[in-house]
Amino acid sequence: MVIRAVLIPILPLLAFVTIVFFGGALKRKSAWVAVGASLASCLLAGFEIANVIGGNTLYANATWLVVNRVPIEFGVLIDPLSAMMLFVVTFVGSLIVIYSTGYMHKDPRYPKFFAYLSLFLFSMLGLVLSTTLVQMYLFWELVGLCSYFLIGFWFEKRSAAQAGRKAFITNRIGDIGFFLGIATFFYATGTVRFVDIQPELAHAYAGSWILPVSALLLFSGAIGKSAQFPLHVWLPDAMEGPTPVSALIHAATMVAAGIYLVARLFPLFHAFEITSQVVAVIGTTTALGAAYFALTQFDIKKVLAYSTISQLGYMVAALGVGGLAAGSFHLMTHAFFKALLFLGAGSVIHGCSDVQDLREMGGLRKSMPITFWTFLVATLAITGFAPLSGFWSKDEILLSAFNHQHLIIFWVLSLTAAMTSFYMFRLLFLAFFGKTRGKFHAHESPVSMTIPLIILAVGSAVIGLPGSPVMDHWFQSFILGGHGEIHHVNSFVVAVSTAMCFLGLLIALIFYIVQPELPKKLAEKSWLFYSASQNKLWFDELYDASFIRGFKSLAGILFRFDERVVDGCVNQVGFKTVALSRVKNWIDQYMIDGLVNFTGWAVRTTSGIVRLLQTGVIHHYLLILLLGVLVILYTVS
Amino acid sequence: MGLLSWLVFTPIVGMIVIMLIGRDQHKLIRNLATFTTACELLLVIAVLAKFDLSQTGMQFAERALWIPQLGVYYHLGLDGISLIMLVTTGLLSFLACVASFGIRERVKEYFALYLLLETGMIGTFVSLDLFLFYIFWEVVLVPMYFLIGIWGGPRKEYAAIKFFLYTLAGSMFMLIGILALYFASTPHTFNMLALGQNQFALHFQQMVFLALFLGFAIKVPIWPFHTWLPDAHVEAPTPISVILAAILLKMGTYGFFRISYPILPQAARWFGPAMGILAVIGIIYGGFVAFAQTDFKKMVAYSSVSHMGFVLLGLAVFTLTGFQGALLQMFTHGLITGALFLLVGVLYDRAHIRDLNSFGGLWVKLPVYGGILIFCSLASLGLPGLAGFVSEFMVLLGSFPVYRWMTAAACVGILLAAAYLLYMIQRVLLGSLNPKWAHLKDISAREIFTLVPLMILILLVGVYPKIVLQYIAPTLEALVKSVGGTLA
Amino acid sequence: MTTVPLQHLLIFSTLLFFIGLYGATTRRNMVGILISIEIMLNAVNVNFISFARMLDVSATVAQVFVIFTIVLAAATAAVGLAIVLVLYRNQKTIYTDEVELLKW
Repeated sequence: MVIRAVLIPILPLLAFVTIVFFGGALKRKSAWVAVGASLASCLLAGFEIANVIGGNTLYANATWLVVNRVPIEFGVLIDPLSAMMLFVVTFVGSLIVIYSTGYMHKDPRYPKFFAYLSLFLFSMLGLVLSTTLVQMYLFWELVGLCSYFLIGFWFEKRSAAQAGRKAFITNRIGDIGFFLGIATFFYATGTVRFVDIQPELAHAYAGSWILPVSALLLFSGAIGKSAQFPLHVWLPDAMEGPTPVSALIHAATMVAAGIYLVARLFPLFHAFEITSQVVAVIGTTTALGAAYFALTQFDIKKVLAYSTISQLGYMVAALGVGGLAAGSFHLMTHAFFKALLFLGAGSVIHGCSDVQDLREMGGLRKSMPITFWTFLVATLAITGFAPLSGFWSKDEILLSAFNHQHLIIFWVLSLTAAMTSFYMFRLLFLAFFGKTRGKFHAHESPVSMTIPLIILAVGSAVIGLPGSPVMDHWFQSFILGGHGEIHHVNSFVVAVSTAMCFLGLLIALIFYIVQPELPKKLAEKSWLFYSASQNKLWFDELYDASFIRGFKSLAGILFRFDERVVDGCVNQVGFKTVALSRVKNWIDQYMIDGLVNFTGWAVRTTSGIVRLLQTGVIHHYLLILLLGVLVILYTVS
Repeated sequence: MGLLSWLVFTPIVGMIVIMLIGRDQHKLIRNLATFTTACELLLVIAVLAKFDLSQTGMQFAERALWIPQLGVYYHLGLDGISLIMLVTTGLLSFLACVASFGIRERVKEYFALYLLLETGMIGTFVSLDLFLFYIFWEVVLVPMYFLIGIWGGPRKEYAAIKFFLYTLAGSMFMLIGILALYFASTPHTFNMLALGQNQFALHFQQMVFLALFLGFAIKVPIWPFHTWLPDAHVEAPTPISVILAAILLKMGTYGFFRISYPILPQAARWFGPAMGILAVIGIIYGGFVAFAQTDFKKMVAYSSVSHMGFVLLGLAVFTLTGFQGALLQMFTHGLITGALFLLVGVLYDRAHIRDLNSFGGLWVKLPVYGGILIFCSLASLGLPGLAGFVSEFMVLLGSFPVYRWMTAAACVGILLAAAYLLYMIQRVLLGSLNPKWAHLKDISAREIFTLVPLMILILLVGVYPKIVLQYIAPTLEALVKSVGGTLA
Repeated sequence: MTTVPLQHLLIFSTLLFFIGLYGATTRRNMVGILISIEIMLNAVNVNFISFARMLDVSATVAQVFVIFTIVLAAATAAVGLAIVLVLYRNQKTIYTDEVELLKW
């Protein structure tokens, strides 16, 4: 059992290793390695999920490190929450890998793409199966890395390389908080295991500031990964990556990791007033803000990116108001319809010769029927038309906000729902209705791309049923394990949310079908409102002017400081020593050495006289010897 | 003769043999030097195999009276701390020797000096007598001076002299410290283990600690004594940069572990906060300055300043986790930065330029090189699953309960590492290919051979750190106890 | 048996000595100088023997001395000749005034 569970992430890793080392030989066949591995782990995950549904929880650990005599473990934990994630990641992941074989077929770095996808699946599955915060942090960084590689997959484009870096570094900012959160949590409680994080543990620290602080620090990791305000800026740029990547990583799975983290730590967040409020407020702000930015975007993928941020905000807000089941439910349904939207957008881009601007599209309904119909299903699902999946899950979120007396949040989220409906139908009308405005010949995508679209469309339609009254809220009781309260349908909430959907649809219909001149006029009239949305409230410019500029100039200043001051001191010590030595040298040369030289000179002069005796002629020496002997003899006698 | 003596003197034998060979037989000389370093590596592996994990004291000890008048002993020994450094030295010396095949001028002198250098390094890491330690410490200095000064880049004389004088100034203070210890101990002794038994007055300890600190700090180098490092690195030939970064810098922190801490525990704890502050400054400052670099090698050099700051931070906190992290960081930094310097050298050998802004898009042209460079950069920026993460993680976890804010500040260093390394990757590998570099060839088999062992170890330690930690944990536990740190 | 008077012997040895001395101081050829030195040594030997006989010291003492001197002479001759030989090899001359390597 454990081995089977461990194999789920290991299979994609093996695929990655195989493609890295044999990609050159495998060439296009490497795609099938990746597809095979993802399907196999999907199958294995199916067994495990069935096991969990049967009421068993799989939990196994092995010690990785020992810190302060506390073992930090690695292992697999399959409980309802991770089973749900397993399902999403392996199922949607496999479909997207299959889709990619069609989408990427012309790319020269075809094997590399599948290597990265496999590595991503490995990391994401490792993250999902984590048993400890540390393990999650490890895989958390790894998925960030894969995201970096895949965003920058077409690295010849400067903007792609830039976007990858931006994503990685923005995530790292959140991750520092995550790390410090782990450290705080670890030193406060002495454990990093998820199974230990229970309401009782949090209650033991009631009144202490340490756990709320650590929870907020951990949440900053989720803010980074799930692109919540104020670290949301990386996700729209991440659309530089190939579209299947946007679907898999930046819509369905990786960005949901932040939600998963908060859901995993739900007892911790839920135990403190301040943490749940912060989470709810950040989620709601993000949901509203991103929906506002999405209203006026013209890049098809940018609209979807802001939509993703907005929907992630929904989930965070749900968790903040106490709706664990609602947040997780929306995570699952969103994974389906957002992946479908992105894949549909990819199909459109593929069919329109890489055009991404909505102003050039139009009328694609006829040339791309399958794409259109699946896209329509996804749009209806995300905007929340009953009985598609989005309706049930969005309703659930609004319901938990309403039931927990967070009325401001409830109304803001309802407004966001109207905005969602508007921008999604705007996208649909601009792309698929009217006449084609650009100069290209649109065509339907190949089978490898349309089949995943169809499967996902079916999924988007029905995946909401397990959480609906039709199946007696089975999903909610599955996730909560019978512990939490299950909300039953409230007709007021349903009425509000349906009204909001139709409101958005109506405005979009008027703006883009009935009176296509109206948006331009309105944009001119309320230009501030319009350009604020178009320019995303100038967040990028603001960050660029403050943090990035500041960062770069600080780096420059410190470097100059290093060269001039720190190294300058060292060099000055050197130069001053040299100057001092010059003085000493003079003294040495003319005074001290003078004395020595004088001695030498005196000796030389005297010896100069004496050496005249040394003629080098042996006879002279002999003669002198003889004379000497004679003198001695004379004196002795 | 014991195993350790063999270790110390094998390179000397190799050096003598090389000196007896004609100066034109480059191939023979190269092979001989490689053979010697390979033998050395095998000896290290033999030591590793015979090392008793359960023991905390010195193993393989050898002791013989050398200068009776001064009580100087030829005293060698090995514990977990030395062992890990020995492994780094043995491995990196061998790999850097293979990487030295590109040296074309004065081959005989180069390899002779190189082997002398190795003797000095190994000797420093195994000597247990302060006098002997000091001698080996200085033996390292001289060949290094010539290796930078003769085979270096355009400003080699400046860099070599700066390196030599700066570190010599440090050693001078260290010598004062050593002599003070000698005269303060009863009976007078240079024996590190015996000195550890002495109880010195706190004031005296502080003075001596400061003197030793200067010597070690310059070597590490700790901010603000680091400025010799970028110059020396930029000018030194590639293999020497590798040795410098991977081994020489560690001699400084090794000094703390081996001498300052066990002999002067109270002073060490007294200076702990100050060291922590210097460490954090070094981490952040090095990161920022690395970001501002346009010279590839200088960037890696400043990243060393930042990463060595983590070692110091781990040292400053007196917890077992911090110490383990610090020692592990010494090892992993050796692997990672060694690999990065090798990679800089690979690129420089082809392009003859190191200006980051003049590259771009090389990944298309050099796919294998690009992959390896990214791997090593990721290890350096602390990606989980690779070695750099484990050590920095442990350092930060160890320091967190002691200095909360300093740890938080040090985390910024991790962010900075991501910033400057990814910026480097973007400028070198990503973007559109500069047509000037269209002729570059991908990394050769020999160069890959020098990198693969490092990469395997980086991955292995990252995934399963226990293979290294099991060697160092018992020794460090004993050390933490003796300096009065916290185990839990 | 008539004996040669001591005076004759001394005169003979003096003559011999001065011949040697003359040779040593005037000859340019090193072999000549060496021969002259040998002659001087032999003059001394004659002196020894003569006095020994005259003063009636036990004959062995003088003979030992003389044999010593002869051996020494042989040794000096050998060393001297070796020097001359080496000198000739290197300088191609054995004339003392032409060998002036050490001359200032």
